[in-house]
Amino acid sequence: MDAPATAIALQYWLKKMGYPRLIIAGFLLFLFIMAPITGSDLPTQITNVINRFSWNAVLVLAMVPMIHSGCGLNFGIPLGVLAGLLGGTLAIEMGFTGTMSFLMAIVVSTPFAILFGGGYGILLNKIKGGEMMVATYVGLSSVSFMCIMWLLIPYKNPSIVMAYTGVGLRNMFALDSFYAKVLSNFAQIDLNPLGINLVIPTGSLLFFALLALLMWAFLHTKTGTAMTAVGSNPTFARASGIDVDRIRMLSVILSTWLGAVGVLVYQQGFGFVQLYTAPMNMTMPAVAAILLGGASVNKASIPNVIIGTLLFQGLVTMTPTVITALIHTDVSEVIRIIVSNGMVVYALTRKTEESA
Amino acid sequence: MRSIKKDFFGNQVLTDINFTLGAGEVLGLCGENGAGKSTLMKILFGMDVIRETGGYEGEILINGEKAVFNTPFDALKAGIGMVHQEFSLIPGFTATENILLNREPQKRNVVSQIFGERLNTLDYKEMDRRSEEAIKKMGVEIDAKMVISSMPVGHKQFTEIARELSKDRLKLLILDEPTAVLTEKEADALLASIRGMSAQGISVIFITHRLHEILAVCDKVVVMRDGQVVRDVPAQETSVDDITRWMVGRDVQSGSAAVEAKAEQPDAKTIMSIKNLWVDMPGETVRDVSLDIRDGEILGIGGLAGQGKLGIPNGVMGLYQAGGTVVFNGQEIPLNNPRRCLDSSLAFVSEDRREVGLLLDETLEWNVAFPAMQIQNKFLKKLLGGAVKWRDEKAIHAVTQKYIDQLQIKCTSSKQNARELSGGNQQKVCLAKAFALEPKFLFVSEPTRGIDVGAKALVLDALKQFNRESGVTVVMISSELEELRQTCDRIAIISGGQVAGILPAAASSEEFGLLMVSKVI
Amino acid sequence: MKLKKNFDVIEFLKNNLVPIMFIIICAICIPLSGLSPSYLLNEIVTRMGRNIFLILSLLIPIMAGMGLNFGMTLGAMAGQIALIFVTDWQIWGIPGVVLAMILSVPLSVLFGLVCGKLMNMAKGREMIVGYMMNYTGTGFYQLIVLYLMGLIIPIKHTSIRLPRGYGIRTTVNLTSLRQCLDNEFAIFFKGVKIPVLNFIIIAGLCLFVVWFRRTKLGQDMRAVGQDMGVAQAAGINVDRTRIVAIIMSTVLAGFGQIIYLQNIGNFPTYTAHSQIGMFCIAALLVGGASVEKASIGNVFLGVILFHTMFIVAPKAGVTITGDAMIGEYFRVFVSYGVITLALVMYEIKKRRSRSLGGALLAQAQREGGTQS
Repeated sequence: MDAPATAIALQYWLKKMGYPRLIIAGFLLFLFIMAPITGSDLPTQITNVINRFSWNAVLVLAMVPMIHSGCGLNFGIPLGVLAGLLGGTLAIEMGFTGTMSFLMAIVVSTPFAILFGGGYGILLNKIKGGEMMVATYVGLSSVSFMCIMWLLIPYKNPSIVMAYTGVGLRNMFALDSFYAKVLSNFAQIDLNPLGINLVIPTGSLLFFALLALLMWAFLHTKTGTAMTAVGSNPTFARASGIDVDRIRMLSVILSTWLGAVGVLVYQQGFGFVQLYTAPMNMTMPAVAAILLGGASVNKASIPNVIIGTLLFQGLVTMTPTVITALIHTDVSEVIRIIVSNGMVVYALTRKTEESA
Repeated sequence: MRSIKKDFFGNQVLTDINFTLGAGEVLGLCGENGAGKSTLMKILFGMDVIRETGGYEGEILINGEKAVFNTPFDALKAGIGMVHQEFSLIPGFTATENILLNREPQKRNVVSQIFGERLNTLDYKEMDRRSEEAIKKMGVEIDAKMVISSMPVGHKQFTEIARELSKDRLKLLILDEPTAVLTEKEADALLASIRGMSAQGISVIFITHRLHEILAVCDKVVVMRDGQVVRDVPAQETSVDDITRWMVGRDVQSGSAAVEAKAEQPDAKTIMSIKNLWVDMPGETVRDVSLDIRDGEILGIGGLAGQGKLGIPNGVMGLYQAGGTVVFNGQEIPLNNPRRCLDSSLAFVSEDRREVGLLLDETLEWNVAFPAMQIQNKFLKKLLGGAVKWRDEKAIHAVTQKYIDQLQIKCTSSKQNARELSGGNQQKVCLAKAFALEPKFLFVSEPTRGIDVGAKALVLDALKQFNRESGVTVVMISSELEELRQTCDRIAIISGGQVAGILPAAASSEEFGLLMVSKVI
Repeated sequence: MKLKKNFDVIEFLKNNLVPIMFIIICAICIPLSGLSPSYLLNEIVTRMGRNIFLILSLLIPIMAGMGLNFGMTLGAMAGQIALIFVTDWQIWGIPGVVLAMILSVPLSVLFGLVCGKLMNMAKGREMIVGYMMNYTGTGFYQLIVLYLMGLIIPIKHTSIRLPRGYGIRTTVNLTSLRQCLDNEFAIFFKGVKIPVLNFIIIAGLCLFVVWFRRTKLGQDMRAVGQDMGVAQAAGINVDRTRIVAIIMSTVLAGFGQIIYLQNIGNFPTYTAHSQIGMFCIAALLVGGASVEKASIGNVFLGVILFHTMFIVAPKAGVTITGDAMIGEYFRVFVSYGVITLALVMYEIKKRRSRSLGGALLAQAQREGGTQS
């Protein structure tokens, strides 16, 4: 008698988890088990995963507001990234260094994020229902527009402009004297003295936790509740006297700002700033991560962000070492491409979504 | 082909329907909304809905042989054509292309020999000839080369009819309210063409609310009410008044059900005054409505479907584009702005539960508390000196539980998602949502649509109680006249997007019936 | 009378905003670039020869109402895989090209089928699905070309294989196929080389498209494109028709990519397809097409304008700013910008018709009010 009941429960649980998520989680588990066997050091692997998590989590969190307000997956995250890049480069240009440069980068990027997010929000409000495709191309065209601007804005700081001509920013520059590792070095737990290669970037994790907590709290306020309702059923929200356009606009600005902060956190972990076409590559990992975490095109939560980022970054960091050791071929790049994009296709074609 | 006979024996909406139709006869089918006309025609046309909902009982005989239609295509093959109320035309195609849609005459060519028939080229000359022929058969001039999207509405309707006529084996044509969108002149042309068709031996079933048209063109009239055929008479032997009476007339017992209707209080103060309202709600257009609503009453708004009764609350509450003036409690309420209406203590329970009324994927608690929270800052805790308005889950739970008990909402818990509830319980949640706003004035639109009898009584009682105990003015919109008469004090009938008249609930069914069809457009 | 004429001019400008903008950009940039007219003409003719076929492959899905087929990249991948085989088998010249085309067909059909099925699962979101499909497809393409070729799929020649024994080198050289179509019957006219055979093939495809519109299938596609519900009610198999449209587009894109690459003469194995979709779509839109309407005329005008801009922008950029990169980035920005603009206009138009009804009603009441 018991067996069918558990079978049904299991089926329900499977369905709720979503097959792709289970497959990836299983694969990741397999990687963790295989890691010691193939001779790679497990604590090092874990350190890598946590590190990558701390770099990327905020960018993934930036997906949440727009999904909540029904704007879909934010393929326009490059806009936020650009605001962050402007903030970062301008803060350095103004001569700030160390921790101060990180704080100033956030401060300076905020008005840009509001400006970009505002314009983007107005546009998205005009094209309700077709957000995702337009967002993609808004992202792409703004990145290519900024490519021109990076060359034209008269930056002067010698550590970031092109070495020979002195005009235009470099493709990539190190942040060593600026905000590299400012968060991750804060209260860092290093177990190396104990003989374990485990380093935990406490500061970065705390910073993400703070933002995630704020986001969670926001979703519990009156406005946050309205945002969820707008995403769940815009007509209902309108009939309940909500200014749908205003809420959507707010969510877009929030998403954009989080994107800006997210890229700054990423840079401080990575230690380098990448300009020009680099922001285009920030979209897919973030979108795929939140979907992997169990979010759909119009529902997302903080746990989705955490689980998704861990799974995705785990996949990205573990496969090169473990799989390469196993089959002596580096297929990690291919797996990453198929998983991240396949995940988006899967989410888009899920039948549960409304057909509008 | 001698005679067509159909026998129906349905058990739910249709009970024991029998009628026969001879070749070349025109049959007028009329009845109130929900009388079962559409269901009957859907069965006859083999629509998917019927099969999906468990099929039907009884049998249809065509030329004395039993016919079973599983899909509309079967019906088409048997020579039955149907023109639906909604246009089924491709906007960018010409009339000819639409008339012959998916039945285009084709020419074979080298490629199609190899790759199959779909690569046959179209035979445009033959297409022109056949559409010309169909148009001629119809007897109304339309331009076969004109693109549908640039045609006037009437011509679109004629294109649809021509499409049916172009089918070779057409024996029976069903026209579902074809004149609803036509001007008077076009309608006359259509009637003439119906006569022409019947002269050519095509039988026609003609459904309309314009009774004089039936008398003008039909050989016989079938009147339906509550899923039954109440009258089946030759058209010459009847009149508009007779048909109206048959359409709305009920048994005496239920006819005077408005037992506790309050006495007329003509001196009661007017709480809302609507002047020259127009509302652009697709399918429920309001043209020019002026209406005064008295404080503390239950006003019913009735009328046939598509005449605009649903447009009134949707327009006033700002859900569809509207114009005119609405004065509530001495203050003018701006239109097209739902927020201002809600701020003035108006509330609205929409007829469209799933689209407008509910957050299907959220909990009952959210559904009940959401508008009150957003509009009146209820169920919120103020933190940090009021800077942060925090959702008060406890208060939300309490209020939801209160209404779950009061309205007997059947659910596993107040945390259940609204989608999982049955229609009746969803409707109760909608009511709870409106009650939680504690409004002074409540619009309730089609509160009993699609819910079972038990839930119906409960919903209506709850409304009545809400009105009597809290003194809230209620305006209830419903297609079911009986329900209005049981619940309301006065009933306004909307016809053709205008107020046809206002009667006390005790007025006779015939009076209501006459008003309903008086201005039908 | 005069009023009406003015109205028409504004309407014309509005409907042809993008092409007009491009004509202006080209008119400004051409003199600034300092390129000789014969060079420019030569370049444009060459680019027409190699690109038009690819762009024509976009027309059919637009006809079927599936928007811009961002998934055409899948066809390009099929074409590339076929070319790799042909190169490995060392089949030269036109027979090589023909064989590559034949080989690409089953692959394209398979890719198109998958893509079409997925698009049917996400009706109304075809474009984003297609867009994501080309990235997902890239993943599978890499899997096949970088790992399976040489391991499971036999590749004989070391010249195209990576030194490690499997996988294809980052560049595939098509020396033996190079311009074999272009050079056949080529005519030199005042120093401009006209690839006649290419143009004959393109003309053939144009005729095919025109003819196809007049077939039953073409008619069905147009019907499905305008209203799926009505088409379904009339008995047209909507899902199947849509899949056929995508398959046709994918197959044509495969052919197009082969023609494109034989002109270039070599291709970067892992990136050759990645930008094709974007450039073709941008070119089509520059020619005045929209998401729901495109003609052969749009294709030709688009190729000429877009590629003129493409050729002159870097040089003009140097003249204006002294930095070659700016022109480079500018043309990328313009490509993306054009697509963005077209998508935004399409979405806005979809929502515009709504507010018209209200105005009509208010007017009707005002007129009716005088009577009552």
